[in-house]
Amino acid sequence: MPFDEILVQIVNGLVNGMILALVASGLTLIFGIMDIVNFAHGDLFMLGAYVGTTTYLVTGSFWASLVGAVLVIGTLGAVLQVIALRPLVGRDPLTTILATFGMSLVIENYALWQYGPVPRKIPEPVTAQFPLFYVQYPWYRILVAALSAAIIGGLYLFMKYGKHGIWIRATTQDRVMAAAMGIPVPWVHTIVFAIGAGMAAASGVLFGPFVGVNHAMGFDFTLRAFVVVVVGGMGNLGGSILASIFVSLLESLASIWVSPAQAIIVSFVALILTLLIRPTGLFVPTPK
Amino acid sequence: MSTVVPPPATPPLRAHDTRASSRRPSAGYWTGFVVVVTALALAPLVLPEFWQRFTTEILIWGLLAMSSDLLIGYTGMVSFGHSAFFGLGVYGAAAAMLWAPKTGWAAAAWGATPKLWGAIAAGLVAAGIAAVFVAFFSTRLRDIYFAITTLVFSQIFYVVIFTLTDVTGGENGLTFGRPPFAIPGLFSVPFTSDGLHWFVMAVVALSYLALRRITQSPFGMVLQSIRENEARTRAVGYHVERYKIVSVMLSGLFAGLAGVLYALQNKFAAPDFVLFLISGETVIYNVMGGIGTLVGPIAGAAFFLLMKEVFSRIFYEYYLIPVGVIFTLMVIFLPQGLLGFLRRRLNA
Repeated sequence: MPFDEILVQIVNGLVNGMILALVASGLTLIFGIMDIVNFAHGDLFMLGAYVGTTTYLVTGSFWASLVGAVLVIGTLGAVLQVIALRPLVGRDPLTTILATFGMSLVIENYALWQYGPVPRKIPEPVTAQFPLFYVQYPWYRILVAALSAAIIGGLYLFMKYGKHGIWIRATTQDRVMAAAMGIPVPWVHTIVFAIGAGMAAASGVLFGPFVGVNHAMGFDFTLRAFVVVVVGGMGNLGGSILASIFVSLLESLASIWVSPAQAIIVSFVALILTLLIRPTGLFVPTPK
Repeated sequence: MSTVVPPPATPPLRAHDTRASSRRPSAGYWTGFVVVVTALALAPLVLPEFWQRFTTEILIWGLLAMSSDLLIGYTGMVSFGHSAFFGLGVYGAAAAMLWAPKTGWAAAAWGATPKLWGAIAAGLVAAGIAAVFVAFFSTRLRDIYFAITTLVFSQIFYVVIFTLTDVTGGENGLTFGRPPFAIPGLFSVPFTSDGLHWFVMAVVALSYLALRRITQSPFGMVLQSIRENEARTRAVGYHVERYKIVSVMLSGLFAGLAGVLYALQNKFAAPDFVLFLISGETVIYNVMGGIGTLVGPIAGAAFFLLMKEVFSRIFYEYYLIPVGVIFTLMVIFLPQGLLGFLRRRLNA
């Protein structure tokens, strides 16, 4: 058994898991508060990465492009929510899947049209490496994991202690009562969608240096994020973070033996087993 | 012994009892059916080559959308995984065309079966197996969870087909010849393009009638009752999961049939037919045409493909940008779809 190979893959799995957790927590946030399954989430992730490449060309700074992408995509998210999702409040949640699916088509093809089919590169801001058994492991990957954790932690603190975070949680618990207390519920929805979109964009820029930025990169992440969100229990932030790490670890370990394209099947199998054993997700108490 | 049965004191429990007696299909409905079928039958005689092929394609995609309508419109479950059934129908037909058992009774039976029917059987079996698999797991979930699960399942089939290059040809797919139209012992003639159109039309028309019969049967009434109120249907005593499983399987079979027809028309199988984009388009056809009408999805497919044709002349390969915008607007402003206003009449 190649012990060091397994350890390297565990580190890889943790890093990928943190990025996935960042994508999935945006998805979970939006679902938990608005009952909206955001099919366009992966596309916002992808467009965020593209906006990052553009900002990088202009400013030459990775951190500026990270902030720029978050602001642009966050604003776009708010606009999309006001235009397309606000009219759907109170309708069947399935109509929101359809609406976001329509958005996803538009965004993906817009990116293809605007940026072309050739992948674009965002350079890593930190190029240093450290030895990890038989490989030189880039510090950037560790940094990405730490940053993702910091963003998620920031979100948690904001939700827990921030005034507007409390508004958001109040809206989740009881929309009507929150409105009665004077909370501007429609705007809370808009802001939540913007935050989710911004988190997707942040993960897109952070993930950008790992692969070339291309118009199809969102779909893989949408799919993985959906798997994670169902495995973790829909709308449960902690659950989806744990599930992200769990699923990514599984995939990384599986890719020792099979090709990465096939390794994704492992996370699908995790989903199927979860559905068989606990259809509500691993981290949600069984409904009575 | 009296032949007169006293009326029950309480209304009958099963919805179909009241419904079957209260409404009969109208003459207007059947007139419309005959007119449309006649128009479609005459289409290849008057339309130029390109548009004839276009009409055949609309019928095939329409059948796929119609199969999905059984779930979306009648059982209230949105499937984002119909590409799995469709694609396996395509690959099943391809398998029947390319491989055959070489020895024993299987070879003899296979040799006696015309390839066309062999392809249909193989496609249906492949799609059916996939449907059993998907139905068993996904029907444990409802609403959005069901949609996501079906999407994930279709992606499993995609990855398997994409990576099993030895068997499926991987990204390159498989090409094969079109089998002749044959009835064993009677005749065997190669398909002309008109003939293929009529064959597709006949299959789609028969499938429509079958699906219509299914949705109006007691079984279909239970499905609609699940759509309206699942908890109450369960409380009344129906085994909801079993009905859902059967409905996913039926839907998968018709989707597989559409896949076989597509294989017959295009003579190749590629992993793209299993890709989630096909499922997405299937949902779009349904929503654009009007769910719960069976005819609507065909109209939706026609509308979508026409838009695609028009917009791809203006926007080239980026035609999905305007189509996506129109789709989103229709979800918001026209949730019933193009034929939604006919829903009551089409189901009578």
